[in-house]
Amino acid sequence: MANMAQAVRMALHYAEENLGVTDVFGEDVGPPLGGVFTATQGLKTAWNSPLDERGIIGVAMGLAMAGQRPVAEIQFCDYIYNTIDLLKIAGNTCWCTNGDWNLPMVVKTPVGSGIRGSIYHSHSFDATATHIPGWKIVMPSTPLDAYGLMLSACQDDNPVLFLEPKALLRIKGDEPIPGEPADERALSKMIDAPLGDRSAWKPDWPALEPYFVPIGKARLVREGTTLSVVSYGRMLPLCVRAAAALAETGIRAEVIDLRSLWPYDWEAIRDSVEKTGKVLFVNEDTEVTNFGEHLLRRTVEELFYRLLAPPRLLAGKFVPGIGLADPLEAASVPQLSDITEAIRSLAAEQA
Amino acid sequence: MSERGPSRPRPQLVRAEGEGLGIDRELLVRMHELMVKARVLEERLIQMYKAGHGYFWIGGPGEEAFNVPLGLLMKRGQGPAYDYLHGHYRQSATLLALGEEPVGALRQMKNTATDPYSAGRNFAGHFTKRAWNIAPITSPIEVQYAIAPGTAMAQKRFGGDGITIVTGGDAGTAEGDFASCLVWSSRPGQELPILIIVTNNHWGISTAAATQQGAKSLADRGKAFGMRTASVDGNDVVGSYLALKEAFGYVRSERKPFLMEAMVSRLYGHSSASGANPVPGEVDCIATFEEQLEKGGILNRAAMVQVRERWTKEIGEAARRVRDEPMPAPESIWNNIYKERS
Ligand SMILES: Cc1ncc(C[n+]2csc(CCOP(=O)(O)OP(=O)(O)O)c2C)c(N)n1
Repeated sequence: MANMAQAVRMALHYAEENLGVTDVFGEDVGPPLGGVFTATQGLKTAWNSPLDERGIIGVAMGLAMAGQRPVAEIQFCDYIYNTIDLLKIAGNTCWCTNGDWNLPMVVKTPVGSGIRGSIYHSHSFDATATHIPGWKIVMPSTPLDAYGLMLSACQDDNPVLFLEPKALLRIKGDEPIPGEPADERALSKMIDAPLGDRSAWKPDWPALEPYFVPIGKARLVREGTTLSVVSYGRMLPLCVRAAAALAETGIRAEVIDLRSLWPYDWEAIRDSVEKTGKVLFVNEDTEVTNFGEHLLRRTVEELFYRLLAPPRLLAGKFVPGIGLADPLEAASVPQLSDITEAIRSLAAEQA
Repeated sequence: MSERGPSRPRPQLVRAEGEGLGIDRELLVRMHELMVKARVLEERLIQMYKAGHGYFWIGGPGEEAFNVPLGLLMKRGQGPAYDYLHGHYRQSATLLALGEEPVGALRQMKNTATDPYSAGRNFAGHFTKRAWNIAPITSPIEVQYAIAPGTAMAQKRFGGDGITIVTGGDAGTAEGDFASCLVWSSRPGQELPILIIVTNNHWGISTAAATQQGAKSLADRGKAFGMRTASVDGNDVVGSYLALKEAFGYVRSERKPFLMEAMVSRLYGHSSASGANPVPGEVDCIATFEEQLEKGGILNRAAMVQVRERWTKEIGEAARRVRDEPMPAPESIWNNIYKERS
């Protein structure tokens, strides 16, 4: 099965062939490297930009204004912060002009910890991104969802932020991308750039098929009745593992992968919480004014009388950075053991 | 897709240098009228602000001699075959020269539901018009310089002779976006058809340019990138027209960037935040031009007074009409956050 980086690459190939994507660009995005995570290798519209994040976002906006469909990459979301006012403008252009202009553009950027990235390769961006209206924001946790969300992003007529959990980019999925060969070594031979001289290399793309994950639709990953766990991105597989392990103790945790942060699937959350009466939100961004806090607030306001215990948020510690040493990273962002413990304690809580 | 009306006179250069004012009489008269019309509009906007018919004024009185020729030289229409303008908040004369009706600016000042640029959402002078490739003017200084290379890139790809124009003030060139524009416009082998303009009024609100930037000439910053550059007296309408015409011609045909700095005046100060009162000592480009027109026997005083009176009356009437137009409905805040597929 394809890993997430390959899935993104295949989605972008599908999009440049079928959805009108004209540019895939950013720092080291074009040949020879094809992206620091290999997600843009071999794409016919991929090109290298100056090392200038504001220029990258600005040019994506300009291209979108002139009828192109760009996908811009910020190499790590740690470096997207100096573009915030441009992101705000991209998000408000349709509204400020009362619908005169719209910007069909995608910005993709790797987020989160889990690769020993230290202070400037471990940031999350979901808390900040969800403070910028006018964007759609997606964050896959599997290669197949990455493929399906990227196709939806490329097809959208509005700015879409595609957050790539960087620790999951090299992880293979359980479900095939429609059209990928059954043998994963065959896939690698077809679409992974060779080591060494690549100047003559061309990918041999499989016959990919369309697969759209609608923006705004969550996925019920695991059914349960004891409590609901709502997560996304890198934390999602950890939540699934914790839930699976706890099943043996009789705790039946329902796990929802939100997949889209804006717009998000409130119905999926509400239906689940109405069933279980308990909910734990999990993400790895810093916990103060965290997106999970919004979900928690809405849960309290709209579902208070259905709750059997206070809703909970497990998120990153509100410290200035994620330190390099293992104990520092582990103390800063939720680990499997933290999630397991949070589920266990919420399950045990009596009204 | 051009919407240029058939009745609009085509600017043309007929006389040789040194003969008369150097430009065809018809064009001089047309530019004078547009400059006066723009000035009258701005003065009406200031008056509306002072009368409580708007919350904030910012605009371009003092930049007409540069901004009118700019608009006249643009190729108006939608899409990469036509010129894109990424302007700033002193651009009214350019819009009028392109053929825009002044009433839209009045509506935006009054923040009515009928405001064609933002339906009551944005400040005065924040134009947008996709049908003419007028990119939305936004308040953050200099961001348009990071965006403009994107439309120019699409135009380079498209072929044709459409170009991108970006304008902004001098103080804003200290922002990184100005450097971004120079870098992205001049990537070796991928130079962009973009006319980069800085209108230099020597001020950023209350801060004198000379106290903050050591560059002797802002135009010279383009030289490091191998760009053609020019510095022009933006208070001289004929000189501005000729310099812009040359720059447009170069960018259109060579598909390469050009950096132009225009020295302009700020006749009513920065904005209503600084009072919006006439500033003594600034050159008034219309007064200068009218002297030239009179001396050159192109227009007499009475004719010029008449032009001003006509626009004063017309724009005044439009302002009175706008006064009774409805405010946007509160529920309209939810409109147009996204474009939905039709
Ligand atoms: C990024 C940003 N910083 C500050 C401001 C506040 N501000 C508005 S206009 C202005 C001065 C701009 O001066 P200049 O670029 O020379 O243009 P001018 O107004 O003189 O035409 C400032 C500081 C702003 N709008 N945007």
